[in-house]
Amino acid sequence: MNEADEASIKIRAADVRVYYSGKRALHGVSIDINDKSITALIGPSGCGKSTFLRCLNRMNDTIENCRVEGRVELDGQDIHQRSIDPVQLRARVGMVFQKPNPFPKSIFDNVAYGPRIHGLAANKGELSEIVESSLRRAALWEEVKDRLKESGTGLSGGQQQRLCIARAIATRPEVLLMDEPCSALDPVATSQIEDLMNSLRTSFSVVIVTHSMQQAARVSQRTAFFHLGHLVEYNDTGSIFTNPVDERTESYITGRIG
Amino acid sequence: MIDGKHIHSAFDAELENIDTLVMKMGGLVEQAVQQSTKALLDRDAELAAKVIGGDQLIDALDEQINMAAINIIALRQPQAQDLRMVVAAMKIASSLERSGDLAKNTAKRTNALLKAPSLEPGASSVRRLARATCSLLTDALNMFIRRDSEGALGVIAGDEEVDQMYNALFREILTHMIEDARSISEAMHYLFIAKNLERVGDHATNISEQVHYLVTGEAPAEDRPKGEFTL
Repeated sequence: MNEADEASIKIRAADVRVYYSGKRALHGVSIDINDKSITALIGPSGCGKSTFLRCLNRMNDTIENCRVEGRVELDGQDIHQRSIDPVQLRARVGMVFQKPNPFPKSIFDNVAYGPRIHGLAANKGELSEIVESSLRRAALWEEVKDRLKESGTGLSGGQQQRLCIARAIATRPEVLLMDEPCSALDPVATSQIEDLMNSLRTSFSVVIVTHSMQQAARVSQRTAFFHLGHLVEYNDTGSIFTNPVDERTESYITGRIG
Repeated sequence: MIDGKHIHSAFDAELENIDTLVMKMGGLVEQAVQQSTKALLDRDAELAAKVIGGDQLIDALDEQINMAAINIIALRQPQAQDLRMVVAAMKIASSLERSGDLAKNTAKRTNALLKAPSLEPGASSVRRLARATCSLLTDALNMFIRRDSEGALGVIAGDEEVDQMYNALFREILTHMIEDARSISEAMHYLFIAKNLERVGDHATNISEQVHYLVTGEAPAEDRPKGEFTL
C-alpha cells in the first residue's frame, strides 16, 4: 500500500466501530483519506460503506440506536470532541445524497440557505456572489441564471443533483461526502456530475460511495473495498482494479460470487 | 488466481473462448515452427509448402482473438484477473502471429535452398537450435495453460541458451562463408533461418512474460543478464 503523504491527509479514521441497536455494523475501520483527491468506497449492499461515510460528518448522531466508537480526525482534530458543534462540522464536511433533495424553495434560496445560517455573507451582494460562484462550480449556472427565483424542485433530476452539490459547496466545505450521487441520474447527467467531481477535487477532499465500480474507476484516485462491515482493501484505484491483493476484492470487482 | 464463476455466466463462456483460441493458435504455431525446420533438414518441399499455406489460419486466429478481446473490453469492462487475461491473450496472440510469420519465412528460404546442395556443416547446429527453440515455445505455451508464473520465469531463463546457440551458429556459418565464397548465398539463407529460430525464442520469452503478468499482475523482474546481445 502506498503511504499517503502525512501532510496531505485530510481525514484519519482509527478503529471506527458502529453499532445499530447493539449489533455491530462496522468492525474497526482505519483509513487515511487524502486531501484534494477523490476516494471511492465500494462494496456490496450492507457492507458498511454508507455507514462509514456518515461517520465522517457525524450523520449517524441523528440515527436512533446508533452508536459510534473509535476516532475520526479532521485535520488532526477529533470530530467527537465536545468543543465540536455537529452543525459547524457539517458545514466543513458537506454531503450530497442519493436522491436529489432540493428544498421546496427557489433555486437561489436553496444555494443561499447554508451561507445565510452560517453567516458567510456580509450583505446581499456577497450572498449573490456566493450563489453564482457555487452554481458555476456545480456547472449549473448557465442553465438556471435566468430563473433563479423558480422553485428548485422544478428542475430535472440531473439539475436538481447539481443544485444539491451547489448547495453543499456554498458553505465552502473542506470535504464533500457523496452517497451514490448518480444512482438516480441518466448517463449524461452522471458524466456531468463526474466531471464536476473531478474539478472539485482541486479544492476539496471528496469521498464517494458508489455501487458503480466503473464510476469508482473513472473518478477516484484511491478506492476502499468494504465487505460485511470490514475494510478489506484500500489502495490506489489503478491497483485495486488491475491487481487487487485480497481475494474478496477480486471476486467482487470481477463480478464473481464472493 | 480466483476460480469462482462470474455472476454473468455468458462472461465466463467468452473468457473460456478466448483461452481456447489462444491454445489452438499456440498449437498451430508450435507445429509450424517444428515443420518448417523439419522441411529444411529433410529437404521436404511439400512440408515447406504446407507451412506456408498454414500461416493463413494462424493469422485468422490472431484476428479472431483480437476481435474477441475487443468485444469483451467494450461489453464487459473486465477488471483485475479478467482484464489481465484479455490483455495477455492479445499480446500472446501477437507473439504467436509473429512466430508463425518466422516459420513461414523459414519455409520460403527452404524452397530456395532446395535448389542448392545441402550445407552440411550447419545442419546439425540448426537442428539443435531448432530443438531448443521448439521446446522453449512448447514450455511457454504449457505455462500459459497451467497459469504457472514460476515456470514462466524458467522459460525466460532458458532463452539465454538459445541465444548462445545462435551466436555459435552465426560464427560457424560465417567461417563457412569465409572458407567457401561460392556458398555465401545458401549460407545467408541458413543464417536468416537461424535468426528466425532465435527470434521465436524471444517470442517464447514474451509469452512467458505475459503469463507471469496474467498470474501475478506484475511483469517479471529484469534480472536477465543483458551484457551479451545476439548477433
